[in-house]
Amino acid sequence: MASIGIPANQAPKTNYLNNGHSLKSWLLTTDHKRIALLYLISVTVFFFLGGFFAMLIRLELLTPQGDLMQADTYNKVFTMHGMIMVFFFLIPVVPAVLGNFLVPLMIGAKDLAFPRINLLSWYLYITAGVLFLHCMLTGGVDTGWTFYTPYSTAGSNTNVVEAGISVFIAGFSSIFTGLNFIVTIHRMRAPGLTWDRLPLFIWANYATSLIMILGTPVIAITVVLVAVERLFHLGIFDPRLGGDPLLFQHLFWFYSHPAVYIMILPSMGVVSELVACFARKRIFGYKFVALSSIAIAVFGFLVWAHHMFVAGISLYAAMIFSFLSFSVGVPSAVKVFNWTATLYKGSISYATPMLYAFGFIGLFTIGGLTGLMLATIGIDVHVTDTYFVVAHFHYVMVGGVLMGYLGGLHFWWPKISGRMYPEGWAKLSALLVFVGFNLTFFPQFILGYVGMPRRYWQYPPEFQVLNVLSTAGASVLAVGYLLPMIYLFWSLRYGPIADANPWNAAGLEWKTTSPPPTFNFDETPVVTWEAYNYDEIPQKELEAPVAR
Amino acid sequence: MSKFLPLWPDQASTMASQVDALYIYLLLVSGVMTALIFVAVTVLAIKYRRVPGREAQQIEGSTLLEITWSIIPLFVMMTFFVWGAVIYFEERTPPADSTEVYVVAKQWMWKIEHMEGQREINELHVPTGQNIKLIMTSQDVIHSFFVPAFRIKQDVLPGRYTTAWFNATKPGRYHLFCAEYCGTQHSGMGGDIIVMEPQDYARWMAGGTSAPLQETGKQLFSQFGCATCHRFDVQGRGPNLTGVYNKPVLLEDGRTVIADENYVRESILNPTAKIVNGFKPVMPTFQGMVSEEQLNALVAYVKSLSQPPTGTAGLQNQPATSPAQPQNMQVQ
Amino acid sequence: MHDSQTTTVEHEAHNPALLHHFADAQQQKNAASLGMWLFLVTEIMFFGGMFCAYLVYRLAHFNAFAAGSQQLSIWMGATNTAVLIVSSVTVVLAVKAAEAGKRKLLVGYLVVTVLLGMTFLTVKGFEYREKFEKHHVPGPTFKFTDTFDDNGKQIPVNPKEAQLFFSLYFVMTGMHALHMIIGCGLFSVLAVLAWKGHYTPGYFTPIENAGLYWHLVDIIWIYLFPLLYLISRHS
Repeated sequence: MASIGIPANQAPKTNYLNNGHSLKSWLLTTDHKRIALLYLISVTVFFFLGGFFAMLIRLELLTPQGDLMQADTYNKVFTMHGMIMVFFFLIPVVPAVLGNFLVPLMIGAKDLAFPRINLLSWYLYITAGVLFLHCMLTGGVDTGWTFYTPYSTAGSNTNVVEAGISVFIAGFSSIFTGLNFIVTIHRMRAPGLTWDRLPLFIWANYATSLIMILGTPVIAITVVLVAVERLFHLGIFDPRLGGDPLLFQHLFWFYSHPAVYIMILPSMGVVSELVACFARKRIFGYKFVALSSIAIAVFGFLVWAHHMFVAGISLYAAMIFSFLSFSVGVPSAVKVFNWTATLYKGSISYATPMLYAFGFIGLFTIGGLTGLMLATIGIDVHVTDTYFVVAHFHYVMVGGVLMGYLGGLHFWWPKISGRMYPEGWAKLSALLVFVGFNLTFFPQFILGYVGMPRRYWQYPPEFQVLNVLSTAGASVLAVGYLLPMIYLFWSLRYGPIADANPWNAAGLEWKTTSPPPTFNFDETPVVTWEAYNYDEIPQKELEAPVAR
Repeated sequence: MSKFLPLWPDQASTMASQVDALYIYLLLVSGVMTALIFVAVTVLAIKYRRVPGREAQQIEGSTLLEITWSIIPLFVMMTFFVWGAVIYFEERTPPADSTEVYVVAKQWMWKIEHMEGQREINELHVPTGQNIKLIMTSQDVIHSFFVPAFRIKQDVLPGRYTTAWFNATKPGRYHLFCAEYCGTQHSGMGGDIIVMEPQDYARWMAGGTSAPLQETGKQLFSQFGCATCHRFDVQGRGPNLTGVYNKPVLLEDGRTVIADENYVRESILNPTAKIVNGFKPVMPTFQGMVSEEQLNALVAYVKSLSQPPTGTAGLQNQPATSPAQPQNMQVQ
Repeated sequence: MHDSQTTTVEHEAHNPALLHHFADAQQQKNAASLGMWLFLVTEIMFFGGMFCAYLVYRLAHFNAFAAGSQQLSIWMGATNTAVLIVSSVTVVLAVKAAEAGKRKLLVGYLVVTVLLGMTFLTVKGFEYREKFEKHHVPGPTFKFTDTFDDNGKQIPVNPKEAQLFFSLYFVMTGMHALHMIIGCGLFSVLAVLAWKGHYTPGYFTPIENAGLYWHLVDIIWIYLFPLLYLISRHS
């Protein structure tokens, strides 16, 4: 592969970015790093589309009356916000962007085990996305992202089948990514890189991949059954024809609860990397943090019916699932405690990625503790299907996943692009995200406990003040998300050139050039050290100005 | 509850204060935990900030600490679980002396039928101090009966009954919401629960003219020809229904089921599903022939045949010793 | 856990089938076979959802499912089971032939496997036709009046529940047939490639992996046959 003319301001070496400039060299690439960038662009598009729908929701809820749009429109807007954010942003975002870029680099491999299947994953994702956009432009879908039957099979008259097929295809994209990661982590590690030396980001992605390959096929068959039922008027989930709508809920949540761990686990992996690097320490209790990822993945499969405490399941089933739900709390708490303990006697700098990591720990703590409240069945009866649940999962999904993702994106941006981002702007946007986020979602906990149900287009007037606060927060949050897109794009051209290891971080990905060459390493590295050997790496005094 | 900035919902049922007590406990524990983490992170981040000439000290970890901060949270969580489960058990167990109210949900309204025959739409009048058991079903998709001031919520499913109960404590007008997304006017599918002093309630109830629900059921029972087979004098082609409700029934295939509301309902709509031992599957289905309201009336009538309990009259194949099942066994 | 990193120096650096990002052929083969096994796990979960639905409804509507089961042609089902078992044998023989480097024999076994797969699909087609003729296809034309079991005893059946049985029958066998069609396509392509000499005793991973896939599809049928056809027969 010959390199074509290198621009003067690029690194002189051939890297994965300047190794071929044609559209074909991008769209038919099997380089995991280029595929990661393809994902980066596509998930960003879907994120802002989903964010646009979120703003429409918040604007409608400024007033108690439904005055901005029709009820049907509102129902489609929140459905598409949910489906886009869940299936096209949160599930792929960290594994498919950062994971794709970093898994081979971190384990010293030249690529993922199946580069062509990796490209196929992206094309499946894009096919699903295009299909979903088509579905959206030709009338949309209004079932909520949960597809609950019998509304989705017999009640709704929107494009449910098309949305279902697009979720099905996106599911296979995710299955193939997970499969690729597991095989790569098992078979492609550099010599000497044993399991107890793996970075925690790899452990987290391994656990995520397990859920992807075990859970995703179940949602795939479930949406197929919904689609078939709608098309041929079968009665698999329709009580009028002998079916049982609760079976749908069981099958749906069997995947969709573990799916939240698909979203959060990789972000937890990112936070482990960030805390270690910016405290310049080995992660406290490495083994426990690594195993807690696996524990979360395993326990995550045993708790699905906690979404159904008021759905009509038996009293005793509810009690068992409540009990089991607390089991996920322990490994999650273990992670938070270990990150906090890692700070002890560290040498902590407040670079932007670390600010995001702090944000993650705080918001995930609140999200996790409110999750325990929801697992407490006596409370769940009152707050389920209200804004309390909405606030809870946004604290985990947005406060957790997005904080981790943005932290990771800033941290590895020099590796990805070869450029540094502007630190001042980055700190400002991290602050805006944190403040805006809390202003948006904290009032929703109160709203939920006083009784505002979710998915409401209009609401009683006494709920207005809290809703206005939430909308105000959402606009701050929107600015906080737009800023990084702008300055990261700007930095591609004007950012200071980054060297191979601008943070003096541990990890194999920093031992190759920034940006890395197409096959990552000129020579396959041989690992003789544990992960996070920060005692062996001198810290840079200038790397992160404390105040600016 | 403040009308400008409500921070806490009204407490208007016996359940509300119990749920709130647990919630306050959870808030306190969570508040302490959150504060602990926030303070620890802030203090450590400042104390160990990067200063020239100071290096981080590497610490491996501590199994003792890991076990401690796994076991203690687990222990605290178990208190959440037990307290929550106790409340949930009560929420799901209607007391035996409850007054029954039938609820039919449809897109997008709540239809209420009192035993006295009073009907309401999107409104439910109840007296204070009385246990009210709701027997609910849906005509179309899944809905959810949610009264924040009572802290109760229960999904309402098509094709079966689900139940909920409450005991209102404070007169007033409270929100009734549909909490399970059900289509276009989901957010409009609300109403009011009007809690009245018992004497006001009696006056309100006296204003109605309709026949009690089981009377309507009795008329339907003869109108649909049920009485031809389900006879009360001699053994007909179908089982005598006297005293059947809430008792165990021995089925043809050897199973024994409790004849609760869902059983009576299924036996009308899908009679061949559970055949009583000793009888032939000759009953035609009434699916599509009776409306949900008529079904409720029929169920209420069949239930009325068991009050006061008349033992095992006419049911030859019923186990001889069948102690009446306590009401709390028939929760969903 | 395997650690394929500690490998010996390979002398097949010029193996044309070795992809650039693998260290050696052994690593590549291990990766491919682990990948295939993981894919089979996802397939099991995929069918698991349907098996779960089937079991739940069978318990809920026992009579209707028994009566529906009586209506399936046990002979066609048994024939198809035999056909699939034989095809699994021919797949094993194909892998053996590839290992021994017998090109023509390999192609022969692959072709026989495809033909057996098509036999299965043809028989399945006749079965589906029979369902159409008997109005056992779910939908507005669905009729179910045959409510007698093998012993002539009347089984009380709600037609809607019987329709649920046939819904699941069509979804499950349909999904299985789709996998059969994919398998036939796969083996046809492999047969052509094998004819062209793509596979050597040192490299026949695709044959092995396609074989694993075929065995799984086979095993799923081995579960479908008793669950749908046999379980309610007493005579």
